[in-house]
Amino acid sequence: MTDEMPLWEVFIRPRNGLAHKHVGSVHAADATLALDAARDVYTRRGEGNSIWVVPSAAITASDPEHADETFDPTADKIYRHPTFYEIPEDVGHM
Amino acid sequence: MYSQGLIGADGRTEEDETFLEAFQKRIDAEEKIEPKDAMPEGYRRTLIRQIGQHAHSEIVGMLPEGNWITRAPTLKRKAALLAKVQDEGGHGLYLYAAAETLGVSRAQMTEELHSGKAKYSSIFNYPTLSWADIGAIGWLVDGAAIMNQIPLCRCSFGPYARAMIRICKEESFHQRQGYEIMLTLCRGTPEQKEMAQDALNRFWWPALMMFGPHDKDSAHSEQSMKWKIKRFSNDQLRQKFIDATVPQAEYLGLSVPDPELHWDPELNDGKGGYRHGPIDWDEFWRVVKGDGAMNRDRINARRRAWEEGAWVREAALAHAEKQRSRAAKLAAE
Ligand SMILES: [Fe+2]
Ligand SMILES: [Fe+2]
Repeated sequence: MTDEMPLWEVFIRPRNGLAHKHVGSVHAADATLALDAARDVYTRRGEGNSIWVVPSAAITASDPEHADETFDPTADKIYRHPTFYEIPEDVGHM
Repeated sequence: MYSQGLIGADGRTEEDETFLEAFQKRIDAEEKIEPKDAMPEGYRRTLIRQIGQHAHSEIVGMLPEGNWITRAPTLKRKAALLAKVQDEGGHGLYLYAAAETLGVSRAQMTEELHSGKAKYSSIFNYPTLSWADIGAIGWLVDGAAIMNQIPLCRCSFGPYARAMIRICKEESFHQRQGYEIMLTLCRGTPEQKEMAQDALNRFWWPALMMFGPHDKDSAHSEQSMKWKIKRFSNDQLRQKFIDATVPQAEYLGLSVPDPELHWDPELNDGKGGYRHGPIDWDEFWRVVKGDGAMNRDRINARRRAWEEGAWVREAALAHAEKQRSRAAKLAAE
């Protein structure tokens, strides 16, 4: 029975100025009910002022098995960081 | 809490040495394991079982207290109890969601609870006979839960640790409202104080049992500690709980129902602690195996709630389907 009850991922924005952050998931028949459930389950103490619910099935995730190929190449590109460049102290803060 | 006395965990696993060593290295480096990461089958199985038992305990735990919502003595107590029971429902749902990330379905967990296959904390198979029991539960049962849950916030499995952090933030109110109920009763009439003593008498030993069997009888604990699912042993946490709780009972002017309880300066590496008398493990296993006063009632109540809610779930799904087909028709026109 609940197998048919779709799963939704819940994102909450704690307050204006911050991004929505994943907090967990709920089961619900549709988006409206998912929002209601997310409100009851995840915001009982002023945890936020905005909720997103996203069908879990709609999320495409990167594969942790390929995390090395995906993310390691950034490690050797030190020229992407400001400290790679030498600016004489006389120039002042830059 | 409820998972500290994990019943029947099976950490056996069959992966090759290189894989297990690499996994252990991540654990030892305090790296969190996330749902899609490679993990030993035994690790996955232990967590599904532990998080599942924990979730079921939160859900079944609503029943003994729910019993008193309509009979709370004041509006303030009623509002607090309602909020606490609602929190426990929330805790169950955070935890089911964490377990589902490991590949077990909600339907399967629900079905295992209703069939009696899945376990939950035995403490909830004791009846709540008086209003003082609500005080004792908040103080002792939620108190024991906090002892167990704080280290779980650092559990190696990310979704479980994150759920525990949310839960721990909410538990403190549960324990404090319980202790406040006890305090009010103890400052009341002699009959009210007697009621508080009676509740302590009935809940003290079951609360100690919540931490699970002694370390020497706890077969799978060691693997769980190595994988950093557990951070402290059952006996360590039980001792911490006793040391924290005995002075609180003294403050209430109540006596802990253990004639052998005494201060032992040798305990806790010479820092001292309260040594307790023998725990009746026969009673523990009797209740785990289904012979507690309320085992049957609890499962029947869950089943009935599930069955009586079926039409709501069906209607919600039918409505969603209708909206979908209507939208599709509109788009096609
Ligand atoms: Fe809880
Ligand atoms: Fe609680």
